[in-house]
Amino acid sequence: MELFWNQVLAGISTGAIYAGMALAVVMIFTAIDNFNFAQGEMAMFSTFIAWQLIQWGMPFWWAFVLTVALSFVAGIAIERALFKPLAKAPILTNVAGFIALFAIINSVAGLIWDFTVKPFPTPFGTAPFLGSELVSTHQAGMIGVTFAMLAFLYVFFRYTRIGLAMRAAASLPESARLVGINTSWMIALGWGMATAIGAIAGMLIAPVVFLEPNMMGGVLLYGFAAAVLGGLTSPLGAVVGGLLVGVFENMVGTYIPGAGNELKLPIALALIVVVLVFKPTGLFGRTVVQRV
Amino acid sequence: MTGTSASRSRLTFSTVSSAVTLAALIAIPLFAKNFFVFQLTMVLIYGLAVLALNILTGASGQFSLGHSAFYAVGAYTSGILIEFAGMNYLLTLPVAGLVCFVFGFLFGFPALRLSGIYLALATFALAVAMPQLLKVGAFEHWTGGVQGLVITKPDAPFGLPLSQDVWLYYVTLAIAIVIYIAAVNLLNSRSGRAMMAIRDNQIAASAMGIDVAFYKTMAFGISAGITGIAGGLGAIVVQFVAPDGYTFQLAIALFLGMVVGGVGWLPGSLAGAAFIVFVPNLAEGVSKGLSGAVFGVFLFIIIFLVPHGARQIAILLQNLFVKFRTTQGGHHA
Repeated sequence: MELFWNQVLAGISTGAIYAGMALAVVMIFTAIDNFNFAQGEMAMFSTFIAWQLIQWGMPFWWAFVLTVALSFVAGIAIERALFKPLAKAPILTNVAGFIALFAIINSVAGLIWDFTVKPFPTPFGTAPFLGSELVSTHQAGMIGVTFAMLAFLYVFFRYTRIGLAMRAAASLPESARLVGINTSWMIALGWGMATAIGAIAGMLIAPVVFLEPNMMGGVLLYGFAAAVLGGLTSPLGAVVGGLLVGVFENMVGTYIPGAGNELKLPIALALIVVVLVFKPTGLFGRTVVQRV
Repeated sequence: MTGTSASRSRLTFSTVSSAVTLAALIAIPLFAKNFFVFQLTMVLIYGLAVLALNILTGASGQFSLGHSAFYAVGAYTSGILIEFAGMNYLLTLPVAGLVCFVFGFLFGFPALRLSGIYLALATFALAVAMPQLLKVGAFEHWTGGVQGLVITKPDAPFGLPLSQDVWLYYVTLAIAIVIYIAAVNLLNSRSGRAMMAIRDNQIAASAMGIDVAFYKTMAFGISAGITGIAGGLGAIVVQFVAPDGYTFQLAIALFLGMVVGGVGWLPGSLAGAAFIVFVPNLAEGVSKGLSGAVFGVFLFIIIFLVPHGARQIAILLQNLFVKFRTTQGGHHA
């Protein structure tokens, strides 16, 4: 039984990585009703910017805040320049655009910072957390920051005018426009916020997975899975989904003989698909009633 | 412009352009180098896979990022039958198609419960899982594990004076034409219209008495079957199957091919396949270090200029053609 609880704990600390990314996924989904396949690469690029600032001698927290601010602006700029013109194009064309953005960012990051693995500093230290070998203070700090982001998003969407406007623009764009909400800018704002959240997630993940242009490939996949499991529209669902995916992954690795590292991902994904088959809108998603 | 003249012109335009394309496809290998013929063969093969995706996404409205998995199953089916059962390579293709049809049809059942983004994730999971499953030790005797299988390239039969590459090209072309015509007929049939009705409005379609579950799983099966045939052909032409040849990157490439060709427009599959075969090479040629970025920029330029893909260009050309004909007709009259 001790093995079981240890695995749950280890799973939660990996899950915190996925939860952060899943929050960014939920954020962009709320704004554009779609996945942004370049989300992970954008987070990776932000993390590289933070790394560069720290290399130039900036203290960690200054670099952190500046990177988040820069990412927010960059997210809005990308939306205005590349995806606003595609607003009337078919949805699948937009997805192709995300894939193009993915290729560009990955390639440019590789050119600027090359593909060697770089260590990234952590502000929380790496000592065992509360005497447990399985969770380090960094991972505990990561969970803490993730929950802080969650609280921020909850308050933002629930109690601010602009949060309400964003939700309105996402769920009923036509009606939102009629009551005077600038839906086009709401989308841009969503991009900015998602990019900023992605940057935070990236900077928290980098000390664990190490910094390099392909670091986000696997993480984003788990982030998508976590967001879908949580129901895509709920920030709380994303965090719970992320932690669950981490625990799933660890359990599969421990208890299914022969699963090993290679089959961990497929089995975890298969489990998620099974959950979705029984609960198609995810654990915390709201059921959308369709009309003819 | 009256309705009849427009429809007659459209008929002429599509016949003329199909005839020109077909003539070019038949004639090119007579002049081109072997490597270019090989690339063209790959265009036809990916064209089939994109066509299959078009039937699924374009006609029945189900999204898939997992077609690399069906492609892989087709490739391995052909490869294993050729190498272990000594079967004729042409006979392995229907088997590959059938195996993938069953696989796709069965996958279609859980897919019924999912739509849009959720289905994308489920199919994506399949694409991610497939290379790992092919590496599993238990099947290693048949699949060759990580190393994969080497397949012997067939010679042209009856002592025809054709190189192996050219022969395989014509075989692929013949199969592609047959499947293309079948697919066009499928979409113009009652079943095709049922699928499109489901795509446009599932609830309305079921209210009209269309068996939604049947047509959706059927679309999945047919699409997977065609992809499997493409996979089998791909294995024979490349002479090699290995798990890392069928990662989710292939699924994404097929998806891009569909978008560039025009979603739901079958002739566009060929243009989309040409894009995914030639543009990465072109990007590599422009800049080795930044090939990914160059590819991305190309892709952006295309979707900015023609968000509906090659279909948009075809409509444009057709309008020009009609205009040209009417002015010509005016002179004669």
